[in-house]
Amino acid sequence: MKKYDAIVIGAGHNGIANGAFLAKAGLNVLMVEKNDWIGGATVSRNLHEDWIYSNCSYVCSLLRPEVYRALDLAKYGLQVVPYGGSVTISQNGDYYASYVDGDASRREMMRHSHRDADAEHRFERDIMRQCRFIRQFLLRTAPDPASFKPRDLMELLHIGRKFWDLGEETIYDTMRFYTMSIAEFLDEYFESDLIKASHAGSGIIGSAMGVMSPGTAYVLLHHAMGDVDGTAGAWGFARGGMGAIAKAMHLCFEDHGGTTVSGSGVEQILVKNGKVTGVALENGDEYEADIVVSNMTLPRTFLECMDPKDLRPEFLEKCRNFKIRGSSGKINVALEGVPQFTALKGNTEIMRSDMHLIDSIERLERAYDDWKDGIWSRDPYIDMLIPSLTDPTMAPPGKHFMSLFIQYVPPKVRGKDWTDEDRDAFRDTVFNQIEEYAPGFKNLVAHAEVRTPRELENEVGLTEGNIFQGELTMDQLLFNRPIPGYAQYRGPVKGLWMCGSSNHPGGGVMAAPGANAAREILMDLKKPNTVPEGWADD
Amino acid sequence: MKTFNIDSPMHHKTKVFPSPFHSRQAEWNENKEWSRWYDYLSVPSYTDETMEYFAGRNTCGVFDITPMTKHLITGPDALPFMNRLVTRDVSKLKPGRVGYSVWCDDRGQVIDDGTIFHLQQGQYRLCSQEHQIDWLMINAHGFDVSIVEDTHDVAGLALQGPTSCAVLRKMNLPGIENLTPFGMASFDFEGTQLMISRTGFTGDLGYELWIDPDHAEVLWDRLFAAGELHGIRPMGSDALEMLRIEAGFIMAGADFAPALHTVRSKNTRSPFELGLDWLVDFKKPVFNGRQALLKEQQQGSRYALVKLDIEDNKAAEHSYVYDTRERNIGWVTSAMWSPSAKKNIALATVKRPHGKVDERMLVEIYYQRELAWSRKMAQAVVVEQPFWDPPRRRQTPPADW
Repeated sequence: MKKYDAIVIGAGHNGIANGAFLAKAGLNVLMVEKNDWIGGATVSRNLHEDWIYSNCSYVCSLLRPEVYRALDLAKYGLQVVPYGGSVTISQNGDYYASYVDGDASRREMMRHSHRDADAEHRFERDIMRQCRFIRQFLLRTAPDPASFKPRDLMELLHIGRKFWDLGEETIYDTMRFYTMSIAEFLDEYFESDLIKASHAGSGIIGSAMGVMSPGTAYVLLHHAMGDVDGTAGAWGFARGGMGAIAKAMHLCFEDHGGTTVSGSGVEQILVKNGKVTGVALENGDEYEADIVVSNMTLPRTFLECMDPKDLRPEFLEKCRNFKIRGSSGKINVALEGVPQFTALKGNTEIMRSDMHLIDSIERLERAYDDWKDGIWSRDPYIDMLIPSLTDPTMAPPGKHFMSLFIQYVPPKVRGKDWTDEDRDAFRDTVFNQIEEYAPGFKNLVAHAEVRTPRELENEVGLTEGNIFQGELTMDQLLFNRPIPGYAQYRGPVKGLWMCGSSNHPGGGVMAAPGANAAREILMDLKKPNTVPEGWADD
Repeated sequence: MKTFNIDSPMHHKTKVFPSPFHSRQAEWNENKEWSRWYDYLSVPSYTDETMEYFAGRNTCGVFDITPMTKHLITGPDALPFMNRLVTRDVSKLKPGRVGYSVWCDDRGQVIDDGTIFHLQQGQYRLCSQEHQIDWLMINAHGFDVSIVEDTHDVAGLALQGPTSCAVLRKMNLPGIENLTPFGMASFDFEGTQLMISRTGFTGDLGYELWIDPDHAEVLWDRLFAAGELHGIRPMGSDALEMLRIEAGFIMAGADFAPALHTVRSKNTRSPFELGLDWLVDFKKPVFNGRQALLKEQQQGSRYALVKLDIEDNKAAEHSYVYDTRERNIGWVTSAMWSPSAKKNIALATVKRPHGKVDERMLVEIYYQRELAWSRKMAQAVVVEQPFWDPPRRRQTPPADW
């Protein structure tokens, strides 16, 4: 049997990035993927006629520009096109829009609150200060604070120095940021309910917390720390859907000699004498390597794909305790035309942006109450985009692809597994909600792919359907991600590595965990490093 | 008339509004170029910036200041409110007087600078470069004051230059010649009130005229009719920029970064670091930034803002500043060839202890001739006085030219 230098499990964007960096360093890498297609949650699929969906992740901002460059993704066909702004439509028929043009945005805020328009400067300044702090650590391995290794001490010192550089005010703010709720945080700046609601969405996307839950202020940061071409906080579309990112990375991987086997998932990660020896697939095939890198979630890797006898019970207990709660669903819709939102009154330009149907912090919190009750939100938060208004490759001319990210959606319905009937009822809740704001919407629907946490787990492999491969809360960040003592991508068994978003710096299409893991692997192998480190800003 | 309107959500289709003076500006704007100054269209240069600059120094030039941010502060606590807000002592500012000041955050870092108009007892107007309503409201807690931003309710023209008083006299504004610098007065004008202050951003004789937007066009027409024989002409923002650098006036966003917008906190500046020591009145027991500024006064500042007289004639824009041993000590924030002083001048930020008057420095100037770039290390010296400060600026009553 042919032996590989390394086997990467899961061709999601982090797995592919990891494989590509290893292959670039000259390793003979095999990638195994359970689906017949690659991409994981960074995928574009053609499920209905000439429509292409971004089936899971749907917008791009966090992808590390350093990775983009190092893997030459432009050469392999990736284009990221920014879209402008956002709009929050309220039930009373008004809306609040954020435009690319700063003056137009300020005046739109003034329409709702004179004071908020000015407070936005203070808000953006404080967010930017925090973002600039975090960004420095995205493409770096987190230090182990309990270790006395020189590199950990140096890295701790490095973080400490950067922390100190923030200046008095921001040092205080940092601690508050990581512990406050997004609702409390926004109250310190804004008075308009609609403006607060429009900002609050970023604080809960992907997390099983409410806008009033402590820790959600950080989640907002996680969504604001990206950029498109240096425009901080900007988001864009990958041309051809999010799968274009995975595809470009995969072309780079193959170009450097990487091999991919798809269509069968991993049955078990093989361990012998405390060392990894390879993987056994569900179809019975086995592959050998001294290095196995798992891009699967923490629980899926250790609780589902390993023999518990190969692992320490304490470690397994921590894997079981890992917070990875499903909170969202995704519906991808093929539309025969552009829906007409009554409130937008012909403001078609703003429909190219990120649209939300929400009024207030309270309404968002009620949506979370339903999740706690074990059902999907009856009045859900919907993050709605029509990428085909910007990207001509997604749907035939005049037809449109609409991406609906919905929160909250529980991993189980009142403790029971999702049924097809539940899924259809969930879809109806969402469609009825949109229909209220855009009469005639339902008549435009040609096809819909409905993904509850059940589908996200079964098809994509995201445990409980958690899009970040684990909650982004303080207890699971930096050197505590995924679990204390294992934040440097090394698994509990020799030769076993972790490169998914369960690891630092977490979810979002960043490719940072995959890149960081590759850097660590190459360091252990004493191979030349192919992975960028740090950040390009000042 | 009032042109600013955001009642319709479709306001975004109009990224910028015409000023109340727009119809008249458009007639004069031979260059057909417009720039944006916050909510309004502004004119960079009507015909030629140098000619417009010389109007400001030789006859008089008219510049539209409507877009400047304006706030009206009224109520029994207006004075204590203002006094805690800004660094200088506002109680010394009598009704009918105008004062320049800066205001700071708790760290003693400058949020903005601007002018305070003491309109009448218990009523102030604050004019600033940046929007301030959020900061003013934060400061208003506990004070019996009402604060509104009335930027769009007041149209303004700056009339600057040696013949400006003569022009106003011709408009039959009784007693205008008796207005002292930083004084203001109101006049009946075409059925409304015209407020005139002897203020400006050019360091020369000059006035600012304030009126409701409905009377903007008639004000312009009457002004230009009166000024016809006195060399009046409209002035664009390029000319104003030259005039203000010559006068040694600093500008938010050019010579300092406003504290509330500054992400990298070390990039803000205190009044001491901007050469505005004279605006900080520690005799006031309480004002924003007092503690921090007191500490800074004792422990020393990080930077100094200096006026540089540079050899040769190549403008030192975006230049680094070095000490005489060629160690980097700062950078130029504003620079130009001064046509009135006939000097190559600049405002620069340097690290202390540099920045003393008469200190010699080097300025690294990159200049382009026929596309070819050259570099020169030019000798420079720190000067104390503004590059342009004619006696006519203060003379009351002013001469006819």
